[in-house]
Amino acid sequence: MSSSDERSDKPDQGGVSRRNFLKGTSLALTIPLVAGGENEVKAAGAEVPILGPGNVNITLNINGVAKQVSVEPRVTLLDALRNDLDITGAKRVCDRATCGACTMIVDGKPVYSCTTLAVEAQGKKIRTVEGLEQNGKLHPVQKAFWDNDAQQCGFCTPGFVMACTALLEKHPAPTPEQIELGVGGNLCRCGTYVGIKAAIAQASGQIRKRGPAKLTRGGKSNG
Amino acid sequence: MQKFEYASPTTKEQAVALLGASWGEAEVLAGGTDLLSLMKDFIVAPKRVVNIKNIKELDVIRAPRNGSATIGALVTIEEMIDALGGGFAAVTQAAKGIASPQIRNMGTVGGDLLQRPRCWYYRAGFGLFAKGETGEPLVPNGDNRYHAILGNDGEAKFVNPSSLAPALIALNAKIKVFGPSGEREVAADKFFVTPKSDSDREYDLKPNEIVTWVTIPPALGVRSATYEVRQREALDWPLAAASVALTLDAGKKVKAARIAMGHVAPTPWLAAEAAEYLTGKTINEDVAAEAGRIAVAQAKPLGRNSYKVQLARVAVKRAILQAAG
Amino acid sequence: MAEYKWPEEGKRTHIGKRISRIDGPDKVSGRAKYTYDINRPGMLFAKVVRSPYARAKVVSIDTSVAEKMPGVKAVKIIQEPGKEIQWAGDGIVTVVAETEGQAEDAARAVKVQYEKLTHFVNEQNWDTIPEANRRAPSQNVNGDPDKAFKEADIIFEGAYGNEVITHCCLEPHGLVAEWEGDNNLLVHQSTQSVSANGGQFAQALGIPAGNVRMKMEHIGGGFGSKFPVDSWGIEAARLSKMAGGKPVKLMLERDAELMVAGSRPSLFSKVRVAAKKDGTILGWESQTWGSGGVGNFNFAGLLPYIFRAGVENRKETFSVIGTNTGPQRAWRAPNHPQACLVTMSALDDLAAELKIDPLDLFMKNIDKTGARANVYRDELLKAAEMIEWKKLWRPRGEGAPGSSKTVKRGLGLSIHTWGGQGHASDCDLTIHPDGSVEVKMGTQDLGVGTRTVLAIVAAETLGLPLDAVKVHIGDNRFPVSGGSGGSTTVGGISSSTRRAAVDALTALFEKVAPAMNTAPDKLEAVGGAIRLIEDPSKSMTWKQACAKLGSQPLTTRGKNPDAGKGTLTTGGVGGVQMADVSVDIETGVVKMNNFVAAQDCGLIIDMKTCESQVFGAMIMGVTFALYEERVMDAQTGKMLNPNMEFYRLAGLADIGNFKVHMMTGKGYDERGVIGIGEPPTVSPGAAISNAVANAIGVRVPSIPLTPDRVLAALEKKGGANAKV
Repeated sequence: MSSSDERSDKPDQGGVSRRNFLKGTSLALTIPLVAGGENEVKAAGAEVPILGPGNVNITLNINGVAKQVSVEPRVTLLDALRNDLDITGAKRVCDRATCGACTMIVDGKPVYSCTTLAVEAQGKKIRTVEGLEQNGKLHPVQKAFWDNDAQQCGFCTPGFVMACTALLEKHPAPTPEQIELGVGGNLCRCGTYVGIKAAIAQASGQIRKRGPAKLTRGGKSNG
Repeated sequence: MQKFEYASPTTKEQAVALLGASWGEAEVLAGGTDLLSLMKDFIVAPKRVVNIKNIKELDVIRAPRNGSATIGALVTIEEMIDALGGGFAAVTQAAKGIASPQIRNMGTVGGDLLQRPRCWYYRAGFGLFAKGETGEPLVPNGDNRYHAILGNDGEAKFVNPSSLAPALIALNAKIKVFGPSGEREVAADKFFVTPKSDSDREYDLKPNEIVTWVTIPPALGVRSATYEVRQREALDWPLAAASVALTLDAGKKVKAARIAMGHVAPTPWLAAEAAEYLTGKTINEDVAAEAGRIAVAQAKPLGRNSYKVQLARVAVKRAILQAAG
Repeated sequence: MAEYKWPEEGKRTHIGKRISRIDGPDKVSGRAKYTYDINRPGMLFAKVVRSPYARAKVVSIDTSVAEKMPGVKAVKIIQEPGKEIQWAGDGIVTVVAETEGQAEDAARAVKVQYEKLTHFVNEQNWDTIPEANRRAPSQNVNGDPDKAFKEADIIFEGAYGNEVITHCCLEPHGLVAEWEGDNNLLVHQSTQSVSANGGQFAQALGIPAGNVRMKMEHIGGGFGSKFPVDSWGIEAARLSKMAGGKPVKLMLERDAELMVAGSRPSLFSKVRVAAKKDGTILGWESQTWGSGGVGNFNFAGLLPYIFRAGVENRKETFSVIGTNTGPQRAWRAPNHPQACLVTMSALDDLAAELKIDPLDLFMKNIDKTGARANVYRDELLKAAEMIEWKKLWRPRGEGAPGSSKTVKRGLGLSIHTWGGQGHASDCDLTIHPDGSVEVKMGTQDLGVGTRTVLAIVAAETLGLPLDAVKVHIGDNRFPVSGGSGGSTTVGGISSSTRRAAVDALTALFEKVAPAMNTAPDKLEAVGGAIRLIEDPSKSMTWKQACAKLGSQPLTTRGKNPDAGKGTLTTGGVGGVQMADVSVDIETGVVKMNNFVAAQDCGLIIDMKTCESQVFGAMIMGVTFALYEERVMDAQTGKMLNPNMEFYRLAGLADIGNFKVHMMTGKGYDERGVIGIGEPPTVSPGAAISNAVANAIGVRVPSIPLTPDRVLAALEKKGGANAKV
């Protein structure tokens, strides 16, 4: 990297560092191959499979295990797991991308599974709260939630655990701003935030930094 | 939500070929947080959903040395924040105003611009113009605490909910749109329109067009900022927001200024007179406050939202001061 | 002879320590199964067709299309034509199908015709409430208020109010109901009342109460709203029967949860306080009104809250306002937050008027609170120390240290009370010959730590480690225990468990005493061993001792209350909370800086989960004070914010810093165990409202303290601050 690339990251300079810029370039994705497609349409000279509106057989990679399920395209990732696969750690609460109880980590990023379609989650690495424990041992974030009583009724807890895990995987020792931005998409009714703050503090430094699942980003730039 | 068929094209050509000729037939799925919520509430009920997230060419940010940026419509908010590294402050600050990491990781730049209004009458099924069963407008006599204070003379009383639009307008961005007849480019401040009928959309897009790129012209030396008045630090809609871009001369006087407000009108609101007032002036508290006053001079609050005039005024003042540094 | 009392300080192994909840690992791992998580073989999904109108007559219902739709197994009309609907969202028809999508499709295919009737949904302004919606007021006069007001140095007049809020349980109300044969019903329900609900199902369905099995492992919030089996609970059971007994899952959608499943009534007031110049309260007059929906609710007899006993000259008028809105339900400390807000706000305003520090004014009048005066006094001092009141407090409008031109800081305080004596509870404790111990009880853990308390009490009594005790709750086949409401659970369940454990231990001592060549009353159980009190070196391990039981496990039943077996729970607690806020006077946005509490609740079983209750109550109170309100549209009669986007709850970054001090030791512990769920929820509205008034120099009359309300109050106050 030449010195001229070491551009200022300061606000208001319109500048973008080369390092950061490369992160934002394109992914090499392929169309997920979906069994059970009912038909295909010719779109711009290519065959694009059209799925549904009836049931479609799909495979979801959940916590490292491939699971087959047959769902309509309108079924969300959350409902496919809860209703069809009996994976019920993620909860349905607001069901409108607001409260975070349904949070899963998909390809390394926290998402609301209530507004993710199951069909679009094919080919992605889906992590749920059930996948955090290793060999019967609680994940450091789970342990920290337990130690600091960061749960009461516990209905928001799986979502918070996943949001905090995603936060700490991106920022292993988060700043206050990173914490605010990292858990601002989750809500608790019982009022467990004092415990959650303490849990984040305890788990800080205990999590290995993890990038998004697909780290190799290529793509052209003219920068 | 209603049943639909689903397609996941990999090129923009395929995508537009899969879309319908009129609104309501098909919807474009990107981040999904807004679209699926609308579908669950039966506010939209498309027969086909076209997931455009696999069009890889649109998941790119280009930021050349001249200080401009070209942002693919499918870049997520979080990717954009990371890639801009604090640059284009007005944009970055607006993006960070989206306090939910889930939304930032799902939501795309294009999706932020195209999300539908949060007007609670609209979301309750009373239509974009919020009319009761006998056609009576509900907003003027209803609970309009979050509704428009500007540009509300017509039937549209909702506010545009985009976080990024005011910042992009302040920075003179352009929006590229792709359709069956190819690509066209629209200035960001012209892209948002007040719909004439409640079956129209709030932006200059045909049912079979998709937003492909957002381009920000060279912004080296531009000082910009966004200020949002939000009740909560947690994910919340701003009650009013303002984005400001300033170019100062060697003597710290304003050479050029653009100001756009969010959450105050059915479109992001360009405060041209306030920006003009700033030109040639040295920014200080009084100057910024006066610009704030000018920005809301034409406001016509409804029954319960006069406080938003104050909030918009303060947002403009604080964005100016923040930008000037 | 066994002694039924709590161990003394210094002799407690687990009680009062900071113990992590025993079901924590289940909750953090997603293993904990809530009602919403129950998936039963062949389970069907129910969806409810709801009234879009706040008041309407059902004219006709056509279910013919829905019945023929794919996957549909049953369609049932809940409210027949002719029925008058009283609130939007009330259920009209329920459909059951194989998938959620099919059930929703079918529900949308049901055609209901209504005749719209006029409705009334907004009760905030007394002058605009139609005569027909004002129920006959109740009046309560004591002493000679007219005389008190004549003799007063000052008469202060104020107006205060709070909006209706909903419970917004994260797990909505709902159940899975299924029939085993024609006569036996199995129900998994999200309920605060596992032991009692079977009877309600039985009565409605015409089967013997013993044929209803209720189960619930975990519950995602209740807060007072989940006592009844609910009309939809009964309907789900009926639909299951129509579908051949297959399990039917009916969970309310989020909008229904907010519209129909419970709310805290609003309360609005006009208040007059008569006082001496030195702040002594002489008399009280209040006109209050509020709404809990179409039904009644009783607020009378509560003002001026904790000072009621000592303010002899008072007159209260209260009117229930009928509104076409979802009905109220018990909401954590029913009526107290409203009574507290009115009282503490009025007295805080009085202090400001008299230019007295409100802490001094409350102290001056503290003896008027009656029996609990000393507790309140201690707690006022403690809380004041925690928040540095005397260092930071400034007269109203001057701004506490750290204030700037646009951001004003202020402090506010409030005092509250609650009962919380333990409810009726039976507990079975079994010691097995292999040494394992089980506790069984038909109670429920609402997230307060009930399971953990049971384990602590049993382990403490038997001298065992916590993990030696297996706790079984959430099943109506277990011994009956009360519903979880009014902070009555911990007192009841800890007392019955203590008695069961004491009796079990006594029985075990009788079995092992001969082998140890001693009398049973010479033994004690400590540290996993049974040993001689006089000579601890003579001991037997717990396992060896239990082997003496032979082949039969030993089960004892403990009860609460139990005359002659000691008093292990009492009621009546006090608490003081003080808030430190910053208010942006240009935007009206309020931010919490610090929030402290001093609180008593008798003998504390688990300090960790106890403090969590107080923290949680205060955080919930921040939400009540700053964000929460049910917004009803006067024109359409609909709730405009039945979602979590505009029905705002505080997020993690919104709460500021918290400190809690539990009053323990002498004077507190000997009162026995008292509940803690309600009391700390009472003060936050008042404490935060007072802090905001202190910061900005004017009272914001009603909560939530949203920017529009704060700016309106500032504008009314006038002056340069009101505008940029």
